[in-house]
Amino acid sequence: MEHILEMKNITKRFPGVVANDAITLGIRKGEIHSLVGENGSGKSTLMSILYGLYHADSGEILFKGKKVEIGDSRAAIDLGLGMVFQHFMLVDTLTVAENVILRAEPARYRFVDYRQAQNTVKKLASDYGLRVDPRARISDISVGQQQRVEILKALYRHAQILILDEPTAVLTPQETEELFQVMRNLKQQGTTIVFITHKIKEVLAISDRVSVLRRGKLMGTRNTAETNHRELAEMVVGREVLLRVEKKPSEPRETVASIAGLTVKDRRGTTMVKDVSLEVRSGEVLGIAGVEGNGQQQLVEAITGLIKPEAGKVMLHGQPIQKLSPMNIKKRGVSYIPEDRHKRGLILDYNVADNLILGLHTQHPFVERYLFRNEKQIDEHARRLVADYDIRPTDIRQIVRTFSGGNQQKVVVAREFSRKPQFLICSQPTRGLDIGAIEFIHQEIIRQRDQGTAVLLVSAELDEILSLSDRIAVMYEGRIVTVLPAAESDERRLGYLMLGGDLHRTEGVEIGTSAE
Amino acid sequence: MELQQSSYSSRDLLVPVVSVILALLAGSVFILIVGENPVAAYRVLFVESFGSVRNIATTLQRATPLMFTGMAVAFAFRCGMFNIGAEGQLYVGAIVAAIVGVSFANLPRLIHLPLAVLAGMAAGGVWALVPGILKAKLGVHEVINTIMMNFVAYYLTDYLVTGPFHGGRWAPETDRVFPTAALARIFPPTRLNSGILLALVAIGVVYVILWKTRTGYEIRAVGLNPTAAEYGGISVSRNMILAMGISGALASLAGVEQVLGVHGRFIQRFSPELGFVGIAVALLGKNHPVGVFFAAILFGALRTGGAAMDRLTDVPRELVVIIQAMIIMLVAADELTRGLLRRRRTV
Amino acid sequence: MWAYITYFVNATVLAAALRMATPLIFTSMGGIFSERSGVINIGLEGMMLTGAFMGMLVTYYSGTPWVGLLGALASGAVMGLIHAVASVRYKVDQVVSGTAINIFAVGFTVFMLRTVFDVAGTSPAVPRIQSITLPLISRIPVVGEIIGNQNPMVYMALALVVLVHVFLFRTVWGLRLRAVGEHPKAADTVGINVFQTRYIAVIASGALAGLGGAYLSIAHLSRFGDGMTAGRGFISLAAMIFGKWTPFGALGASILFGFADAVQMRLQEVGIPRHFVQMGPYILTMIALAGFIGRATPPKAIGKPYEKE
Repeated sequence: MEHILEMKNITKRFPGVVANDAITLGIRKGEIHSLVGENGSGKSTLMSILYGLYHADSGEILFKGKKVEIGDSRAAIDLGLGMVFQHFMLVDTLTVAENVILRAEPARYRFVDYRQAQNTVKKLASDYGLRVDPRARISDISVGQQQRVEILKALYRHAQILILDEPTAVLTPQETEELFQVMRNLKQQGTTIVFITHKIKEVLAISDRVSVLRRGKLMGTRNTAETNHRELAEMVVGREVLLRVEKKPSEPRETVASIAGLTVKDRRGTTMVKDVSLEVRSGEVLGIAGVEGNGQQQLVEAITGLIKPEAGKVMLHGQPIQKLSPMNIKKRGVSYIPEDRHKRGLILDYNVADNLILGLHTQHPFVERYLFRNEKQIDEHARRLVADYDIRPTDIRQIVRTFSGGNQQKVVVAREFSRKPQFLICSQPTRGLDIGAIEFIHQEIIRQRDQGTAVLLVSAELDEILSLSDRIAVMYEGRIVTVLPAAESDERRLGYLMLGGDLHRTEGVEIGTSAE
Repeated sequence: MELQQSSYSSRDLLVPVVSVILALLAGSVFILIVGENPVAAYRVLFVESFGSVRNIATTLQRATPLMFTGMAVAFAFRCGMFNIGAEGQLYVGAIVAAIVGVSFANLPRLIHLPLAVLAGMAAGGVWALVPGILKAKLGVHEVINTIMMNFVAYYLTDYLVTGPFHGGRWAPETDRVFPTAALARIFPPTRLNSGILLALVAIGVVYVILWKTRTGYEIRAVGLNPTAAEYGGISVSRNMILAMGISGALASLAGVEQVLGVHGRFIQRFSPELGFVGIAVALLGKNHPVGVFFAAILFGALRTGGAAMDRLTDVPRELVVIIQAMIIMLVAADELTRGLLRRRRTV
Repeated sequence: MWAYITYFVNATVLAAALRMATPLIFTSMGGIFSERSGVINIGLEGMMLTGAFMGMLVTYYSGTPWVGLLGALASGAVMGLIHAVASVRYKVDQVVSGTAINIFAVGFTVFMLRTVFDVAGTSPAVPRIQSITLPLISRIPVVGEIIGNQNPMVYMALALVVLVHVFLFRTVWGLRLRAVGEHPKAADTVGINVFQTRYIAVIASGALAGLGGAYLSIAHLSRFGDGMTAGRGFISLAAMIFGKWTPFGALGASILFGFADAVQMRLQEVGIPRHFVQMGPYILTMIALAGFIGRATPPKAIGKPYEKE
């Protein structure tokens, strides 16, 4: 079959990383082509190059056999490419119709013909089964609807190739199913689709062919019908990376943290955590598995005091802490590895020594007479942690921004782990790190557990959850669906539950301890 | 943000120095318009600002209020806020200092002067707290609010100085403050006064607060990354409010110094935009107290030399205002300044 | 009681309010252009002052205030261009750039005044745009007294409001401009040139502020005086915010602020210090921003330079 689009030997470097390493990829006309890979494997970069947002350092792009230069997104649109970004490119204050027609407005003498705009959008929406009100403001509609607007934008511009960048990450399972239906409609009407995801299940469900990226390299392309979950998983993760952490069976002791009936709203007022109850015991790792955006972040931020819960209690050794400030919660022995080290965990323009006291900066021995910094103690602390956690470079005066991701994360880990916490919360602790750093952090987490710390681990990586946890809670749409002993869990079963699968219809496995 | 660097290195000095040189070069075009020789005019400017001990004293006197306003702007920048309201804060501080200065006849100097200074600082601090609180609690951008507060301060002080505290003379000014509240002249006949010592102390204190205390650690953390600061148990809103309060108190000292040390009274709309020039001083000084000190002296020299140039040549003193504006633009456009430099090297 | 009210609110005062509002209307429309495209324009004051000066200067040499008006328009546009180059191209902090423009304008106008005329303070008198009497309308009672006999620039200002409204909310360019100010990356991904849009908007902003300034020097008065804008650029900014970045809102706010200006002397007579009336617009704007009278929300991308990847 002919290729509508070919990317040949595309290479793109960013400072310190090769995001795309000589990637050659062909897309056939009318197919649904999945592009899978872990976070940071280079999928989004590749598609951004295709869409004219980045420029490749080398390589070429052929469209219908002819070499094309895609200098900007306008050129991409003119070729017939349409992109649905992970972060929607929609103007909140404008209506659906206005967003769809933007820069391709139906107009008479440069006056926008709003009636025609609405009619066109309405017709387009009904042709492809994309239900959405053209007159609604973007800020008033759901995320799923916003995604439909993005697809409409592309279709309105006569996109022949539609690129969907992790479209399901923000969708509920029902919405995902609806999206798949839309994709099938589109395919039937001749549209070629590039579907970016990191969920193999979705790849198998929807695509004709699949290409796998790993660390900037193309691992191969397969016909979906001729491959399976196992093969793809190996290609995505790489054989050597099937993480197995050396650990003893856990010896859980008393309950350190208990959460009861916790309900949390996010900043926009949506209830993200619904009546969650959990217990974490000394000497165990409780993993929380779930697709991102199912309330994990709000749950963790409520425990650490960054958001105030609507209802419910967080108890530490039987004492309620949900009303305390983040600082006071820290002081009671709660450590927290935040999911976004750039946004939360580090002050990138502070040096290592200053970052290593973030949150401890008000405490003895780093401050004297309530106000003045004790530089000697601060430096000593920094030197000790830099040595203990093998942070490189070792210059404690160096600005953390200049460090590699792995060493930045080690700074966070060193600071939080060295406080001898009683309750340790790790949220996506190894995101975007290389194997060495991942192994190091995993070992440290287990070591904390073995020292009697209660560990709550939130991760979107099932591998990580499975290899570290003693018990696993599955979170879906703000609720804890179930809590299973790790021994009774596997990727298949967790994946099923994470995607909203019915607990009682899980075949062939016992139902574990429930949330209560 | 470029505005947030913590210490000076020779590379950091590059952009400010080049900016000043470029601004002076551009200013020479205006001198040519007037029909004067730029070299001669700039020689006058330099000699009259640094050429004798007396000229240096005048330059330092002109620099003193700019040290305060420059530090005020720099301090707020460090916490991630743009205090464009130093002008209003200094007016409020000035009028309060003047009111205290004219109000108590028989206080000993040891009480009267500190009282006037502290009352002025408090007033300016409180004035700046309003936009600080509105930013911290309601998220309203401080730039607009500080501008608005400037005008409220102008009209409020207009009212006070023409109404309840109008002095005995016809002009819109208060009476002279009692000698017990005056800042001593330290190099007569120039108007250089002990306010400069206050400025040096303030520079030291600001340095210590920012880099030697936990408060400074928190303020800078909020300025660099508020979400990480919050995670680190630092109250973003409390530090924003505190930083604005300190910034306002620093700005008000400029007004206090002008009233108690230079004019001896509050004069309606006395300030030659000291608060706004403070923005230039902060930018040129890279928001560092030491940088602010030198930048203030440069701007003080421009004002001293500009006045002399006005007297001795056909070049109007407003030339230095134009140069100031260009320095601000060039320092802020460091990409441009560095670019120009690079191009010149390759040619 | 009624007599008391009509002392403050009558056709004479309202006509004066409209005159006072006119420079604010021009300038706040300029502000809307710039800020709707995502560029904060603190420099309105300086652009206005430059327009006031250049309007006078060109009138002085040409002898025709209408030509002077073009001069004001052009000089404001140049100031806008400087702001655009600095903040769009070189990513200078928009507030810093605006501040520099304000300081520059103060220095430049006085410098030129002294250089060209060798006078300090006030320029020589120049011809001004004379008021006109509208046929028919001027004979309508009350309404005629208010709008029947005004300066042509007053009518231009009112027409401008309608034009800007239509432009922003009915035309293709307006839609794109608003998109750029709210979400420049979204605009970019559909092929709108963010930089070009912002350049044009900020230049237009300066041109309109220039006209607002010229109203003071060659329509309302017939000479330029040092610092004659006296904060009107900032009041225009306030009017734009108070009017929630919409043309008609800014018009209403401008008239309200103009009314405060027109009525202050009468209030002084009954013992209310005019200074407190003069504070009114600024305090009202702060209250509006704080959300106490229906929240005023700025365009989302405002103040952030756009970085193309």
